[in-house]
Amino acid sequence: MTNHIDLGTVLRQTLSANLYSNLVTRSTGRAVRTQIELLVSSSANRVLTVIDFAHVSMIDFSCADEVIAKLLQSFAPDREAYFVFRGMTDDHWHAVESVLERHGLALVVEADTGIELMGVLDEREQRAWQAMKRRGRAAAWELAGDMGEPEPTVRLALDRMWQRRLIMRHEGAYMPVGEIA
Amino acid sequence: MTTVINVPPSLDEQSFEQILERVAQLGPDAKMLLDARHTRWASPYGLGALLTLGQTRLHARPTLAVPDSDDTASYWARANFFHYAEDFFELKGLVPRRTGSGESQVLLELTPISRTEDVHEVVGRIQQKAQQMIAQELGIDAKAIVGFAMTLSEVCQNIIEHAGLGGWVMVQTYNWTKRLGRRVVVIAVCDAGVGFRQSLESSGGQVPNDRWDDAAALEAAVIRGVSRFRDPGRGQGLAGVRKYIGRWNGKLSVRSGTARIAIVPDWDDDVPLMEKLPAFPGAQIQVTIPERVAR
Repeated sequence: MTNHIDLGTVLRQTLSANLYSNLVTRSTGRAVRTQIELLVSSSANRVLTVIDFAHVSMIDFSCADEVIAKLLQSFAPDREAYFVFRGMTDDHWHAVESVLERHGLALVVEADTGIELMGVLDEREQRAWQAMKRRGRAAAWELAGDMGEPEPTVRLALDRMWQRRLIMRHEGAYMPVGEIA
Repeated sequence: MTTVINVPPSLDEQSFEQILERVAQLGPDAKMLLDARHTRWASPYGLGALLTLGQTRLHARPTLAVPDSDDTASYWARANFFHYAEDFFELKGLVPRRTGSGESQVLLELTPISRTEDVHEVVGRIQQKAQQMIAQELGIDAKAIVGFAMTLSEVCQNIIEHAGLGGWVMVQTYNWTKRLGRRVVVIAVCDAGVGFRQSLESSGGQVPNDRWDDAAALEAAVIRGVSRFRDPGRGQGLAGVRKYIGRWNGKLSVRSGTARIAIVPDWDDDVPLMEKLPAFPGAQIQVTIPERVAR
């Protein structure tokens, strides 16, 4: 199941005004996140939600903490809730990167080059991600072979990434978010 | 008896302390006349702090003698100062009507902040004018506009999240010849709320002791990003402001209670930490971003 959330629309509904396009203030962020959480909570256990920044001019640190960091933390590991962030520009990234660093988080971004992982990833996670991007859906032993590392070590890293909902896991295979939505 | 306190000819963050030193000697109900007749210039901080001072003297409404200089009085009017000052002061002298005429480098006139919507409003307004005044006039990269708006948002939120009482924000560009010889853009945010120390104490995590005072509270909040909320995501606002200041070689100063802390760039000789200042409620924040010059 896939949800699409236009953050600009949620923002304007939250503020009951069509005047604003900036995601600023903690209370605004909290209200927007609550709307997203309600939608995701009412969806199937495995759900992909695309969060679209296209109509948001900027986001500040406090709002990014609520809308990004707390959202990413609110479902994992209980629900298989995946998020893809679309339409992010440098104007958004400054605050988002800051809160990801603070909480040690990473997220899935839809970039011009396709799906990318941004934020805090260790070196093995980054290499596993690159290997997965080349292969698409793959088993742990295949990715381990590509990386030249023992399978148990790579499987551990992949499971950790799955628990953070940065990749999907299905029938023994791992894949980028969106593959089985 | 009414105590006359002269408002300095140039009213800014430093010279406002002269007023506070005199006010500190007065009881809360003492009558006072703030004489600004000879004041020729006031920074956003100076105007915001004056309003805040009026806000703290509700038991004995002070009198404010307005500047004699037409230019100065007109500027104060354009900055919305008199509009709000009427609530706290008996205004003495000729108060000009606010008009849109005259050259103004005011990016955002004195604007009250007490609700979330106020922050949305000021951020929206600043984005409309910032492109020309910050990017073109100050030579600052257009990418910095977003960071500037974020900084404005975070310092305004300090009022909503911590002050417990409304405050004011003002943004202006001006030529800071005395200290820098360059143009600057300045954000001033002033409130008369609970201040940093009391805000941090309210969490119960800070136990007052010999080493806990306004200066320690400012160091905790501004330098270490400590917040009264236990949530690990809190404290990022001022941390983000500090980062932005560092990126653009700017200056941040925060006064609260009896202390003042500053992130001081190489172009300034301010003191990083001042203690035992005259007590003044709330928090007064100033952000200064200088014009970029080719090296």
